[in-house]
Amino acid sequence: MSKHFFGDTTVLLGRSLRHITRSPDTIITTAIMPIAMMLMFVYVFGGAINTGSGSSYVNYMLPGILLITVASGIAYTAYRLFMDMKGGIFERFQSMPTARSSVLWAHVLTSLAANLVSLVVVMLVALLMGFRSGAGVLAWLSVGGILILFTLALTWIAVIPGLSAKTMEGASAFSYPLIFLPFLSSAFVPTDTMPTVVRVFAENQPVTSIVNAIRNLFAEQPVGNDIWIALAWCIGILVVSYVFAMNTYRRKIS
Amino acid sequence: MTTQQAAAIQVHGLEKSYKELKVLRGVDFTVARGSIFALLGSNGAGKTTAVKILSTLLKADAGTVRVNGFDVATQATDVRESISLTGQFAAVDEILSGRENLVLVARLRHLRNPGKVADDLLAGFSLTDAGARKVSTYSGGMRRRLDIAMSLIGNPPVIFLDEPTTGLDPQARLEVWQAVKELAENGTTVLLTTQYLDEAEHLADRIAILHEGRIIVNGTLTELKQLLPPAKVEYVEKQPTLEDVFLTLVGAKG
Ligand SMILES: Nc1ncnc2c1ncn2[C@@H]1O[C@H](COP(=O)(O)OP(=O)(O)OP(=O)(O)O)[C@@H](O)[C@H]1O
Ligand SMILES: [Mg+2]
Repeated sequence: MSKHFFGDTTVLLGRSLRHITRSPDTIITTAIMPIAMMLMFVYVFGGAINTGSGSSYVNYMLPGILLITVASGIAYTAYRLFMDMKGGIFERFQSMPTARSSVLWAHVLTSLAANLVSLVVVMLVALLMGFRSGAGVLAWLSVGGILILFTLALTWIAVIPGLSAKTMEGASAFSYPLIFLPFLSSAFVPTDTMPTVVRVFAENQPVTSIVNAIRNLFAEQPVGNDIWIALAWCIGILVVSYVFAMNTYRRKIS
Repeated sequence: MTTQQAAAIQVHGLEKSYKELKVLRGVDFTVARGSIFALLGSNGAGKTTAVKILSTLLKADAGTVRVNGFDVATQATDVRESISLTGQFAAVDEILSGRENLVLVARLRHLRNPGKVADDLLAGFSLTDAGARKVSTYSGGMRRRLDIAMSLIGNPPVIFLDEPTTGLDPQARLEVWQAVKELAENGTTVLLTTQYLDEAEHLADRIAILHEGRIIVNGTLTELKQLLPPAKVEYVEKQPTLEDVFLTLVGAKG
């Protein structure tokens, strides 16, 4: 690792954070879709959905909405990286005596920061809509930790199309299936009403365990195995996508 | 041996293919310290490819390249400390202001006083008034001037300019020429590629023509002009321009 790694990453992080503060619309667009879904589910479908949990529907579906927020937020991560690649500034950085992977890390940390802001915005709207939790500090920290890991995992996935896409649409299209995934999970309705095939998929895909873990943390319920399965998924996805992203990166800069 | 060591750029047997397409098929040239070297060639001749290899952005298939005494393949970091690249397409950050772009590069080059470096360059390139404005509001010429200014930060001993004046108006072109001349006077080695033959005539100490993957001629302007049959010099009133030389050598397109 170059001796300038931290300094250079900080400088480049400052640059891309400035991109976000200068176009806050990316935060708003990221937050608006999950908020619209939340409004629709709570005020339109919510009355007809029986979660069997006894708590309010907004409490029930907030974890899934938070994951959708991240899934739509990382489309911008890929977009920002794609713009740097296309605009030639990426090559400029690579031809300078700058720590080589700083450019990538700056984008990853920016993605984390932007998504955390979006998550806070969505969370505030949920509070206005009646979301309540008596969770203690430790539970909140656990929720935060899971969301950070989830964001990092998805961010490293986003790096791959960001580096290799040929068009802007190509750079962000990968996020659509990720946004859709919570619908095939326990995020909005309990899985036991689903047909067998769908249910088997829903119960064994990462979103369900992550949603269940966060939901139980908020509800002050025992999290059981879900939290370990959730962490295993997040870390697994993180490691695999990091390796693939770094490979793509190495091919790009050599 | 002394001339070898004095040379700022040494290229031997450089080869590069993109899949089937053999772009460079054994390129040789050297550039003396403090001189201006122009690489001419038609569209697709491989000028940009050569510049990218010389600036460590691309790996060669065969051959050796030394820049400022360092091997681009094995001492890439030292090469990057020694060079600066202005790519064919302006590599500036559209969302930042002109001044912020310069400060960014000065920071990444780990300079002491980034703000002063930026202000001096803004003045030198008639950009002081526009310095605080977002680059997305700049004209093509302003963007290019900023791009070149960014390349001068840190006074690297070797500068690569890939078609630096393409798209500039005559006034801006003269400004760039002036800047390039001053660089060489202060001992900087400049390698530039260009489509404009008069640009090479005005600026370059030596001119090389890249054609079908090889350097077909390499010499001073006078030497190149002597390559044409003297008969032409005797019976035609006009001296052959570099353009005549170029077209004769590469065989004017039919
Ligand atoms: N990444 C790439 N993949 C495949 N082919 C490429 C790639 N980059 C360049 N080429 C091809 O290599 C050849 C040389 O390209 P290069 O950009 O080096 O030419 P050039 O001399 O700079 O041309 P111009 O004057 O148009 O800028 C062209 O035929 C181009 O299509
Ligand atoms: Mg080119």
